[in-house]
This record gives sequence, structure tokens and C-alpha cells, in this order.
Amino acid sequence: MVRRGAGILNTWLVLLGLVLLPGGLEGLSAWAADEPGAPSEPGSAPTAASPGLDPIEQALVDLQSEEAAIRAQAAEVLIAQGDASLIPRLDELREVGSRVVRIAIKPVVDLLKHRANLTSASPDTRRSAAADLGMGGRAEAIPYLKAAAAKEEVWWVKYTMEESQHFLELTAEDPAVQLDAVKQLGELRSANSVPALNALIEAGTAAEATDQHKALATAATEAVDYIESWGWWANAMETLFRGISLSSILLIMALGLAIVFGLMGVINMAHGELMMIGAYATFVTQQAFQAWVAPEAFDWYFPVALPVAFLSAAAFGWLLEATVIRFLYGRLLETLLATWGVSLILMQAARVYFGDLTAVIAPEALRGGAQVMVGVYLPYNRIFIIVLSIVCVLGIYFLLFRSNLGIRVRAVTQNRNMSACLGIPTRKVDAYTFAFASGLAGIAGWALTMVGNVDPGLGQNYIVDSFMVVVTGGVGKLAGTIWAALGIGGLNKLIEPFSGAVYGKVFILVGVILFLQWRPQGLFAAKGRSADA
Amino acid sequence: MPEPAPTTQTSRETLSFFVAGLFFLVVLPALNLLPAEDAWFHVSDFRLNQFGKFLAFAILALGLDLIWGYCGVLSLGQGVFFGFGAYCMGMYLALQIGSESVYGSELPDFMVWTQVQELPLFWYPFKSFWGGLIGAILVPVLFALVFGFLSFRSRIKGVYFAILTQALAFAAWLVFNRNETRLGGTNGLTDFKQLLGFRLSDPGTQRGLYLITVLALGAAYLLCRYIVASRAGKVLIAIRDSESRVTFSGYTPWTYKLFVFIVAAGLAGLAGMLYVPQVGIITPAQIGVLPSLEVVIWVAVGGRGTLIGAIIGAVAVNYGRSVLTNYFPEAWPFILGGLFVVVVTLFPDGLVGLLRRLTTRTPPTAPGLPAEGRPAA
Repeated sequence: MVRRGAGILNTWLVLLGLVLLPGGLEGLSAWAADEPGAPSEPGSAPTAASPGLDPIEQALVDLQSEEAAIRAQAAEVLIAQGDASLIPRLDELREVGSRVVRIAIKPVVDLLKHRANLTSASPDTRRSAAADLGMGGRAEAIPYLKAAAAKEEVWWVKYTMEESQHFLELTAEDPAVQLDAVKQLGELRSANSVPALNALIEAGTAAEATDQHKALATAATEAVDYIESWGWWANAMETLFRGISLSSILLIMALGLAIVFGLMGVINMAHGELMMIGAYATFVTQQAFQAWVAPEAFDWYFPVALPVAFLSAAAFGWLLEATVIRFLYGRLLETLLATWGVSLILMQAARVYFGDLTAVIAPEALRGGAQVMVGVYLPYNRIFIIVLSIVCVLGIYFLLFRSNLGIRVRAVTQNRNMSACLGIPTRKVDAYTFAFASGLAGIAGWALTMVGNVDPGLGQNYIVDSFMVVVTGGVGKLAGTIWAALGIGGLNKLIEPFSGAVYGKVFILVGVILFLQWRPQGLFAAKGRSADA
Repeated sequence: MPEPAPTTQTSRETLSFFVAGLFFLVVLPALNLLPAEDAWFHVSDFRLNQFGKFLAFAILALGLDLIWGYCGVLSLGQGVFFGFGAYCMGMYLALQIGSESVYGSELPDFMVWTQVQELPLFWYPFKSFWGGLIGAILVPVLFALVFGFLSFRSRIKGVYFAILTQALAFAAWLVFNRNETRLGGTNGLTDFKQLLGFRLSDPGTQRGLYLITVLALGAAYLLCRYIVASRAGKVLIAIRDSESRVTFSGYTPWTYKLFVFIVAAGLAGLAGMLYVPQVGIITPAQIGVLPSLEVVIWVAVGGRGTLIGAIIGAVAVNYGRSVLTNYFPEAWPFILGGLFVVVVTLFPDGLVGLLRRLTTRTPPTAPGLPAEGRPAA
């Protein structure tokens, strides 16, 4: 992409050079003559060389003048009459111009470019152009923004246009316009304009403040109050969202752990590394698509990676069950240690084979995010993970409570010996369930590639928290796992802003210990005879 | 638990205790001091110092063996208690640096570059040697008292306890890594100069520290043996084998667990205290989840449920590590992970169990295994 763009630019430059050859050469010599030590009469050489040009050409020449007033006037002409087609020529001038000329050209280019972008086909481009115009602080932009906002259909883009427009109006000459702008910004709940509004408030309290200043300050105070109370709510919503998003990740991980723990009494410390396998499977699929599939179809790697991640993690889980875990049934602490050993080996293997830094490029559809309200921005990848966790919970629910395998799994969970007597092949059920839970970890890894790098320590980041979820939720209870995941994930993100991530984790640990004082067997404890299993 | 000829077992342990004591207390230092530098059997100062470190680790392993091997409670947070002990001693040593530090300030160097103007209050007790010494034992003991009381009283056991202690190790690691806890952050405490006026760089000081470590290990071993042989020790083993039955017999298992947890924490603190002056640095990397788990693998390799096994395991694994990381630095995690898997699945009794199986005709038993922990048919 970048290369092609550069090529086009070069062609443009060559063409321009051909067209402007005589003038260009003269301009160059004039520029050379402008070098320090050889002062020439300001502006005279270019003006004399090109008499009778139309205003735009004239302005382009004037823009290189030594005199600030002429440059400013030329810039105004260009802004008023020029359009985006001038940008390549301006860029060219900028390349050869002196420092003052470059400074004079920059706002012209910016304004023209952003004005052109205001009518772009892509809403994101329109929005960022509007935002840049607002930040640019050039009053010339107000009419463009007004015109664009009138025609705009996407509310969020329209919002930005109006915000930028009123923001620029804050510095208007007319006090009535200023006052209106302050009120409008308040209505728009524009967090970006708070510093400017605060400056107005300060101006109102100054000793030499006029009545107008005071009126503005009062309006600005109201507006800032409104904006800040809204900001609090928006912040709360985003915190809630982040909490739910973290909860979903923990939930997908903890579900697999909880099922295996409930059914077989196996603590799978390698669960995080099974997740890592899922993530690397996604990475490998991506590499394969990059190598062998047309670039248009590249985004399809992500859906294709789902079964790849599930199956590779499940296959590994099956292998792990068959070679290590089957010898350790009923010996909880031993499974914990053995699987920890496996996880060490897997991590080091990934580190040796893949190295430390590998990232997956998110498909187009999951980039960016949705602006659901003013100040509330929800990234698509997080939404995707939340949806995925809901799908996983539903899937597990149907598998456990609405299928034949589920009945067997639940029977073995409740009473292994009795189930065996009734003809349930408990060993097979174990193997399938373990493979399935591993596959679930693979899916979690697949999803996690969207929110972070793929690295050997991927599983370790979440394993301690997801174990806390399992402990808090109680063994083998789906509902307990869900509630505990929501609680721990939510609390984590709730505490974080106040105390930082580290003390958040400490508080969670203390919280879980205190919680277990009250409910030693977790939220939803197994009751009766199986309680002390 | 069937006791295979208890008298021979005890006498054998006593014998090995004396042999090991003779070796570490007399033979190794003698080989360090007497032969010429280039003799093949000469033990270099570096090696002796290294063994001092391993023996400090052995004290840590003894504590874990007491609680895991005898009482069946797997604590994955021993590294935290070790760290508490090590940091207490480290704080004393850091204050002893005085104006010899790089910045010439009375404050430890890291405080200078993190713009701490005054010594934080909790550092004051460690200005004196006794503060460091008592703190290194007392801090882990008190912490274990609170944590253990809350956990055991509400009958958190087995895997739940293991996971909670692991979370504890994780949280402690995070906290010690922070700069605002005023403990040196990621860099930890280091660059110590002297202990009670003895230069730490002097081989003589290191030899003395080595001998102190050997004596401390011997004392720790005797303490553990005393506990194990006492009535309380029998209750501990009973708790490991069937906690419900112990409860029904009228005992309160959680008090015994709490007691042994505290002893283990105190031993870990002692180990940390001895470790710091010999190694010369303590960082949060010694506290985290992995170091705590490595203690478990030492005990498992040596043979849990036998005190001598914990010592053998700690020395053997660490020695193996120091040799192997020299030749294949990347392979160590594979070996460590493989050790976990192989020992747990194939040799649950560890080296001591293996030896016993080879040398006695009694059917192999697994003293470390809970009765209900036999593979369910």
C-alpha cells in the first residue's frame, strides 16, 4: 500500500515538474537567491516573473514571499478559493521552502485537506477531519463544519462536527456567538472543551473582567458541571464494560477448569498453556493465510482458526489425559504438580520455537469500536469476547443438560462408582470431557489473540485469577462459576482506578479469603454426601 | 499407615543424619581449607558458598516437608515466607552499607534514586542486627498465623488451600515489585558490604556463614524430628491420611495444621535469613509462584514424608540445576517440568523411597501418599 502511494506521488511530482518547468526553474533560482547572505527585494522576483496569473497562482507565488503580511494574505486567498487539488503543489512548495514558508503553508494544507475529507465516503475519515479542524483553531473552518454537519447522517460524525464548530466559535469576536457556543458545548457534553471552558471561567473571575466575561463564565460553569457529571456516568459505564469484558475472559477459562475439576477432581495447571496453544494455532493459521491465500481473503483466517484452535488444544488435552493424568486420578495435589510440570515444558517449548514476540492482526470487522453514547466507546474486540463467552456458556449448558454425553458427565461427577455400575464407561467420559475442556481453553486462546500479543506467558496472566473464580464459585457448578467470574472480573476493574492493578489483585485475594470464611465451599456448594469427596 | 520396621527406619535416619553432618560440617570445609588450590579434590570458595545456599534451601524444604509430607497440606506460598525472612535480613544488611554506598548517602541506594528523603518508619527496627534476626523469623510467623488462621479455621483444605497460597505468592510478588513499598522494587536489595563488622566479600566470613547454615539446618532437622515423633506428629500424619476420622475422634485438625504451618513459615524465614548474606542479593524473583513451586519439587524429588528426603532433594536438585544451566541454559525449564511429571507419576516416594525399595525387602509403601489418594480403581 505505502509503496504504491509513494509511486503515485512520484508520478504526480514529475508531471507537475513538466508543466511548471519554466516557472519552477525560476522559482528555484529565486529561492536560491533568497539564501542568507544574498538578500533580494522581498517578493519581487516571483511576482515579476509571473505577471497576469489568476488569483490562485498568484497566491501560490505570494505564499513564498519574505513578508509575513503577503504570506498571510496569500494563505487567506488559498483557503477561500482553493481546494484539495492544490495540496500536491503546496506539498511541493513546502519541500523546497524555507522555514517561515513551511510554517505559512502548513495551515493551508491542513485546512484544505480536512475540508476535502469532510465529504469523504468513510465516516471515520469525516470524523477525524472534523476533530482535527476543531483542534486546528482556525475560524475559517466554521462554515465548512456547519455545512458538513447539516448534511451528515451518522450521528457520531455529526456530533464531532458540531462540537468542533462550537469549539471554534468560543474564540469568536461576537459575545453572543461565544455565549451560544458555550451553551451548545454544554448540551453536547463535550469533554474535549472542558479546558477551554475552564479558561473562560478563570477569565470571568479576573479583576478586569467585564459583564460579558462574567456572563460567559456563569454559562461556562454550568456547562462544565453538566459535562463533568455526564463524564462520571460515562466513566462508570466504561468501567462496567471493562469489568464484564475481563469477566468473560475469566469465565471462558474457568469454565473448562471447573468442568474438569468437578468431574475428575483434576486441577489442570496447564490450562493456561492449552489456551496458549489455541492462540498459537490462530497465529499459525494467520501465517498460513499470509503465505498461501489471496490478500482479499486474508480476514477469513480468523473464522478458520476457530476449529484449528479448538482441535489442536483438544488433541493436546487428549494426549495429556492419556499419558499423564489417567495415572493420577483421585490424587488432586499430584495432578496439580504434574500439570504444572507440563505447563513449564509447554511454555519453554513455545519460547524456544516461536520466540517472544508474535502478534495476530485482527480482521477488519473486529477493528475499531462503537461509540454508543457521548464519552462511551466500546471496542469491537471486547464486545466480541463478551458475545463469545455467552455463546460458550449456552453451548456448555446444552451439552451438559440437554445431551446424552452431558447426562453421563453429570452422573460421573455425582457418583463415579455408581455410574460405572450402571454401565457408563467412566474412563471414556473422562477422556472426552478432558479433551472438550481443553478445546474450550483453545477457544479462549483464539479469542485472546484479539486483545493482546501471543506470547508464551499468555496463560500465566489469567491462570491465578481463573483459579480464584473456580474456588469462589464452588466445584462443578456452572452458575457458581458464572457469578464468581462476574464478581472477580468486575471487582478487579472496579478497584483498579482507585488503587492500581497490583493492589487490586491483593484486595481480591483478601476478599476471596474472607468470602471463604463465610462460604467455605464456594458460592454454590455441593451438599450432602458428596460434599466431603 | 503401616510402619515398615520403624526401628530400622529411625536408626537409618539417625545414621544418615550423622553421616551428612560429618560431611557438611567437617569434610567439605576441610577440603576447602587444607588441600592446595589446584588439587582435584579441593573445594573452591565458590563451591562452598554454593553449598551454603543449597543448605539454606534445605531448611526451606524441611518446612514444606513438614506441612506437605506429614500433614498433607500443600502450600504453594513458601517462597513468600522465605522472602519475608530474606528481606528482613536484607534490610538490616542494606542499612549496614552506610555511606559506603554508590551515592554516599546513609540511605540505601535505591531510596536515593527513587527520591525517598527519609528512612521509612518500618525500616527502623532493622537498624539493629537483632531487629533483622528476630524480624526474619517473626514476620513470616505472624503472617502465617493470620493467613493460616483464616484459611484453616474455615476448613479450606486440599486444592483450595494450594490455590489460595499460590494466589498469595502471586500477590506478594506483585507487591514486592512495586517501588512504593520501599523495598527496592524489581531490583530488590543488594550490594551488601558487611555483617556485624565482618566483610561479606571475605572468604572467611562466607566460611563462617556456611558453618552457621549447617548448624541451623541440623537444629531445624532435630526440631522437625522432635515434632514428627511427638504425639502431635502422629495427629499430623493422621490428618494427612484421613482428616474426617481425626475430627470424629475428637481432635480439632485445624489447630494442628495452623501450628505446623507456622513452624514451616518460621523455617522458611530462617532459610531466607541465611540465604541473603551468602548470595548477596534478594529480589522479588525469589518470591513468586515459580520459586514457591520449586520448593515442592525439591521435596518431591527427595521423598516427601521423610525429613532426610527434603534435604537430599533440595541439595540434589539445586546442584543439578547449577551444573546443567552451565551447559544447557535453555533446557532447564524442560528438565524441571519433566521432573515434576516423572517424579509425581512414577516415583511418588522420591529418591529416599527408591533407595528404600532397593535396599529393603518390605513391600514398597508410599508414606507420602494419603490413604484415600490411591488411584481409584
